[in-house]
Amino acid sequence: MASNAKFNFKKSITDALADKQLRANFKFATDTLRGKRLAVFSDPEETMHLRKVGNGLKRNVLTKLPQLLEQLEAKCKENGIIVHWAETVDEANNIVLDLMEKHSAHKMVKGKSMVSEEMHLNKFLEDQGKLPLETDLGEYIIQLNNEPPSHIIVPAVHKNRKQIAQIFADNIPGVSYTEDTSELLAIARHKLREHYRTADIGLSGVNFAIAESGTLCLVENEGNGRMCTAVPPVHVALMGLEKVVEKLEDIPPLYRLLCGSATGQRITTYFNMIKGPRKAGEKDGPKEVHLIILDNGRSKILADKQLRQTLQCIRCGTCLNHCPVYTRIGGHAYGSTYPGPIGEILMPQVEGLDKKGSLPTASSLCNACEEVCPVMIPIPNLIRRLRDESYDMDGEGVVKGHGFKKSLVETIVWKGWKLTQVNATCNKLMLLGVQLFGNMLPKVGPLKAWTSVRTSPKFARQSLKDLAKKEGIRNE
Amino acid sequence: MSNTSARENIFARLHASSIAGASYAPVAEKWVPAPIEDKAARVARFVELMSAMRTEVHQVKGDEWVGKLQEIMKERGLKNLVYGQNTEISKKLEAAWKGQKDIAPLVPWTADIEEFRDELFEASAGITTTMGGIAESAAMVLWPSPEEPRLLSLVPPVHFAVVKADKIWTSFAEAIEALDWNAKAPTNALLISGPSKTADIELILQFGVHGPTDLIVFVVD
Ligand code: SF4
Repeated sequence: MASNAKFNFKKSITDALADKQLRANFKFATDTLRGKRLAVFSDPEETMHLRKVGNGLKRNVLTKLPQLLEQLEAKCKENGIIVHWAETVDEANNIVLDLMEKHSAHKMVKGKSMVSEEMHLNKFLEDQGKLPLETDLGEYIIQLNNEPPSHIIVPAVHKNRKQIAQIFADNIPGVSYTEDTSELLAIARHKLREHYRTADIGLSGVNFAIAESGTLCLVENEGNGRMCTAVPPVHVALMGLEKVVEKLEDIPPLYRLLCGSATGQRITTYFNMIKGPRKAGEKDGPKEVHLIILDNGRSKILADKQLRQTLQCIRCGTCLNHCPVYTRIGGHAYGSTYPGPIGEILMPQVEGLDKKGSLPTASSLCNACEEVCPVMIPIPNLIRRLRDESYDMDGEGVVKGHGFKKSLVETIVWKGWKLTQVNATCNKLMLLGVQLFGNMLPKVGPLKAWTSVRTSPKFARQSLKDLAKKEGIRNE
Repeated sequence: MSNTSARENIFARLHASSIAGASYAPVAEKWVPAPIEDKAARVARFVELMSAMRTEVHQVKGDEWVGKLQEIMKERGLKNLVYGQNTEISKKLEAAWKGQKDIAPLVPWTADIEEFRDELFEASAGITTTMGGIAESAAMVLWPSPEEPRLLSLVPPVHFAVVKADKIWTSFAEAIEALDWNAKAPTNALLISGPSKTADIELILQFGVHGPTDLIVFVVD
């Protein structure tokens, strides 16, 4: 979703919570996905081993990221893939547009790509008079309805069958309302096949890019990714620079982790490994393959030893399914390309805490995300870190927009609190104050909000300290 | 068109950001599924898991698959079969079709996709060889070639594939080694584990969304 300055997280949460249908759709979907994941990772010991391997592989990548990217670039070139670098989403968008212009391309078929969502590529191309068409069924549905994805793996998960039936009937000429999923599927298949056949250019994301061989790996079930990368004469692949992996032999464990975490599958229908454009003598495949490697803040994230763990993410989406906040408010409420726990740690680092600093507040720090993350990113720790940086008490933050929440009143309050904890007289005075007036505090401002969903505590007339002094400490 | 300044800036930041020389010793070294030593067990596992994902698997001996193929084509009323010439299976196909009148025609893929596209999109079935199969994750390994282009396994609604029983390995990792994948992989290599599918509507599993609606595999012993 387009990030805008007016993003009001509180309001979107309130709206999402009020929408019963939305909550029901999300509850059903995330319950199902959690169950499926559990079925495929049924042996806790093996799962733990696999996650440790995944963590090691991705951490290894981060320690030698520049070298691996150089190697990837060189190998891709050897294979005939043309490599482009983009620092910003604007640059990446313009590279895509230039390629389209160069090939006089109007119609683009798109496989699922979160990086293209990050770039708002569809809107950009439409504004230039181009026709970008999503082909993943979920993406196709929400593009028809002019919406961004609400989940990074199942983009239309916020819609139920009836709603999807209505979207088809309203937006595809000649289609009448049907709730029959196989009919809906047939409609989409029919429409999209025609587009694959006639598209000028195909675009895809990249799940893993292998440095040692210059191979682009695509994970998918539908076959639309293969269509987009094999039928049109030009294939453009988009990747964030953290998607590089060192060796082919690193792929099996990472692929297993991704499939199991994302959809609870042992393996997806297709694992597509692309090593270049059509070679002499070959009868199909694109004549040109381009790889656009996007930075968009990632190279800066690498600088901080703790926060760099964000770049280990393989975009499996399972932290979303396990997050008690995401499962209740859904993806759109986050107002960001990446929702849920991963969005909470990634978006503020990419766009700045001043813009997306409210996201890390949407966590109960229950640790569920960390427990399931296939590459063992300590998400709650990173959330805490970003919350700290929002206040940035010592002025040492590294994240753009750090200290945005710092306010004079709060600073004074915390300074005062510190005083009452280190100075015995102040401590006594404070306790006395609380005993006398604690229960008379007027319920206004933040206290009103806090108590609106919680019972306010009753302060005792005697402090624990005094009690202990008087009665001693009883052991049992 | 590559923006060189973008590249330089990115690498400058990456080099400044990465902790020089800090190599990382992983906690767990490797993940490799325990090999299934017995061939029959490997084949059985492959068949079981492939079938679970709605792949139709037929275990056959020697050249029996050709007859079985013709039978299935008749049963389903498939109107043609696209194949690649000069492959291991093509001679058998051509021989079996010779002189047969009451069977849907064989269509060889001879031209570049630009000329063949419309015919391919109209075809009702395609057949390919495979490099083998992976038992533990239930997938076939496909290495498309000039003879057998990649779209042969994707565009026609029915995909027939031939897998040799003695080329069924336990895991992806094993297949990588056995096939000398790094040195020999083609322009486009694939793992395929079933017919095209989606669960994008209410997470209901539906088959045949963009690629083949049916995958029919002959495991040949
Ligand atoms: S943070 Fe972990 S669980 Fe969440 S999407 Fe990334 S890899 Fe998956």
